[in-house]
Amino acid sequence: MIIGLYVAGDTIIHRTHPGLKLLLLLVISTGVFIADTWLALGIATALVALGYVLAGLKPYHAWRALRPVLAIFAVLFVAQLYLADVWLAAYVVLRFAVLILAATLVTLTTRVSELVDGLMAGLAYAPSWVPREKIALAVAMTIRFIPRLRLQFSEIRDAQRARGLDRSIVALLVPLIVRTLKDADDIARAIEARSVD
Amino acid sequence: METRDIVYIALFAAIMAALALFPPIMMPVVGVPITAQSMGPMLAGGVLGAKRGGLSVALLVLLVALGLPLLSGGRGGLGVFFGPTAGYIIGWIVAAFVIGYLTERFWTRLDFVTALLICVFGGVIVLYAIGVPWSAVVAKVTVMQALTGSAPFIPGDILKAVIAALVIVTVKRSYPLIGARAAA
Repeated sequence: MIIGLYVAGDTIIHRTHPGLKLLLLLVISTGVFIADTWLALGIATALVALGYVLAGLKPYHAWRALRPVLAIFAVLFVAQLYLADVWLAAYVVLRFAVLILAATLVTLTTRVSELVDGLMAGLAYAPSWVPREKIALAVAMTIRFIPRLRLQFSEIRDAQRARGLDRSIVALLVPLIVRTLKDADDIARAIEARSVD
Repeated sequence: METRDIVYIALFAAIMAALALFPPIMMPVVGVPITAQSMGPMLAGGVLGAKRGGLSVALLVLLVALGLPLLSGGRGGLGVFFGPTAGYIIGWIVAAFVIGYLTERFWTRLDFVTALLICVFGGVIVLYAIGVPWSAVVAKVTVMQALTGSAPFIPGDILKAVIAALVIVTVKRSYPLIGARAAA
């Protein structure tokens, strides 16, 4: 079981159709790049902040989204300070922060299953040359196999640790890949035996 | 694309997701963390070939976009695609395709050195050719400055190419997929 990033809730933001949320995200992200002014960025910041409040999210959620990029932000801020001035430095960093928070808002308030369903529903309208069933199969299979692969990875790591090889990345990756490719052949045969194709 | 190819694509995407469990290793001297997961595109291309490798990485990227925390450090969701380094995530797909294409071309005489050169070309040169200009545009800096900012990661990426090349030639010996296809 993979725990998604979804934060459960029943707010207006949670209930909004995922497609509409994605559309709004697209509008905001394109908007701040095309308008490229403090005014546009200010409006976007206000909208995103309002979204977090309406969705009942805590500052902790925003912090968790930004924490991985803080180091890059620091480098970027210093670089812009050196190249231009403190205003441009603040502008560039704030723009990234707002865009990341806007995108994260969609992720935090939309179940993965809703997006997968939306994707599948969208595929129904795709032109006939798009291999719809194959995309659906691949998505479902990957989601199903990630926990199993993670378990296998831990098993192999334990086995190699017993041999004193757990520091060698090659000794971990080769068995993981070869074992998975062998499994893939069995799975493909099993699928074909059920005449999915 | 046969069922078997779809299964390879899906399972390799799952392998790349599992690589996120590797704890990052701190590079000495430059002091930047290197993660095992970014070896994924090199391995996908070098083991599965151009089309299947590229699609496998694209599938991983799609699942991340749908909100699964599959990147190293448990990152995921749409936020990943709006940061300054989003170009590298998109670049992974191209890198896997290029590495796969070259691996197919040189398959019959693929040894460690050839695999290493292919991984460095696709996984470092092609990847940076996408990631660096992308960062420059979205972060309002020049390409040279973006490249300077990325430079500390290059030694780690070359180290990853060495490891990936070792894995690719070892897997080729024990479970070749590209040659088997060419012979069929």
